[in-house]
Amino acid sequence: MAKHHIEATVNGDAMEFLCETEDTLLDVLRDTLQLTGSKEGCSSGDCGACSVMLNGRLVCSCLVLGCEVAGHRVDTIEGVAKGQALHPLQQKFLEHAALQCGICTPGFIVASKALLEKNPNPTDTEIRYWLAGNLCRCTGYDKIVTAVKDAAVALRKG
Amino acid sequence: MRYEAPDTLEGAVALLSGAPGEARILAGGTDLLVQMRADVVEPALIVDIKKIKETRAVAEEKGGWRIGAAVTGSELKEHPRLKQVWPGVIEAANLIGSTQVQGRATMGGNLCNGSPAADSVPALIAAGAVATLAGPEGRRDLPVEDVMLGPRKLALKKGEFVVSFLLPPRPPRSSDAYLRFIPRTEMDIAVVGAGVSLIADAGGTITAARVSLGAVAARVLLVPAAAQAIVGSRLDRPAQDRLEAAARAACAPIDDKRGTIDFRVQVAGVLTRRAALIALDRARTA
Repeated sequence: MAKHHIEATVNGDAMEFLCETEDTLLDVLRDTLQLTGSKEGCSSGDCGACSVMLNGRLVCSCLVLGCEVAGHRVDTIEGVAKGQALHPLQQKFLEHAALQCGICTPGFIVASKALLEKNPNPTDTEIRYWLAGNLCRCTGYDKIVTAVKDAAVALRKG
Repeated sequence: MRYEAPDTLEGAVALLSGAPGEARILAGGTDLLVQMRADVVEPALIVDIKKIKETRAVAEEKGGWRIGAAVTGSELKEHPRLKQVWPGVIEAANLIGSTQVQGRATMGGNLCNGSPAADSVPALIAAGAVATLAGPEGRRDLPVEDVMLGPRKLALKKGEFVVSFLLPPRPPRSSDAYLRFIPRTEMDIAVVGAGVSLIADAGGTITAARVSLGAVAARVLLVPAAAQAIVGSRLDRPAQDRLEAAARAACAPIDDKRGTIDFRVQVAGVLTRRAALIALDRARTA
């Protein structure tokens, strides 16, 4: 069967790609569009390493088919920094050393950004519940929560 | 594997009816994609129903609420009214998975995945929700408790799919609650789930109730005997004891890695009592 020809907006840019029905959005991002910031951890929606925004909603890109995003808006970790300027979350993850091996980090940043856009001043508990779908195999959770709280302060100051 | 995303009910029914091999509905995909990845299912056709407006809408109807089968958990949570009118249904739907999963997962999918441990299903059954199906012979309504026949087995005919759910009107002093037991604090599959919906009079006496139990039998159960045990009472201790006993009597669970038969039966009684107390407490101020 012929491949699907899909047009979508990725990180603000109009893009088109070809995909098979069984290709996930994560497959398309990494293997076709060469946006390899989103990571493949479990491929079953358990680890959150592939987190992206789909029409402004946080999702696991491994649980979305590539052909489902036709006409929709996808935002990935690659769109979080503005040119060379890091997003406050990225800056605070660096300052607080909130990453060890780094595989989970893009997913944590995308998920945390979604949280802070909804809730600019989250409690520790709110951060931990929101990020419960992002797993860090190095178990560096405390530093991640600290970095998110600090980034929230920075963002509130503007 | 073919993928289609029709924008009408008729288009979806035609695709599902005409499919030569196995056809699967795609709503949020949080079960389907995992099962495809694990080679548990290999559909010849995937029909994405999210472009059909009715599957994505939430609207008042006949004094109740109609919720599209493909409305996500996040959208239910953010709805300005549903949480007040049906707190049990919404909290049950919101117990499923992580933030990311909530962004995609739907009550239609939760029901049609056909798991006896589905969290939103006992809450929908307790609520008296009716599923509206579309199929080759048109539409029909089926109470949610009649949709699932057993693990992965549904009462849907070939070409049929769930379009939406209708939650009935709520009189004053009515409310609902859903509780589940899992061995951790978040994101796990129910060992037992209990949904209770009830209506009270001005004196706090229960005038009507529905009780549903998940993960204690091959399908999610509606337990009329448990409801009868508390109707006419103010949920005093004897009524609570009758409720617990009726809930336990309805259980026919399996032993598995998540819980033993004895444990599930015990917990079913406890959770049903607690859910009823929460529902009555909410009803007093509703």
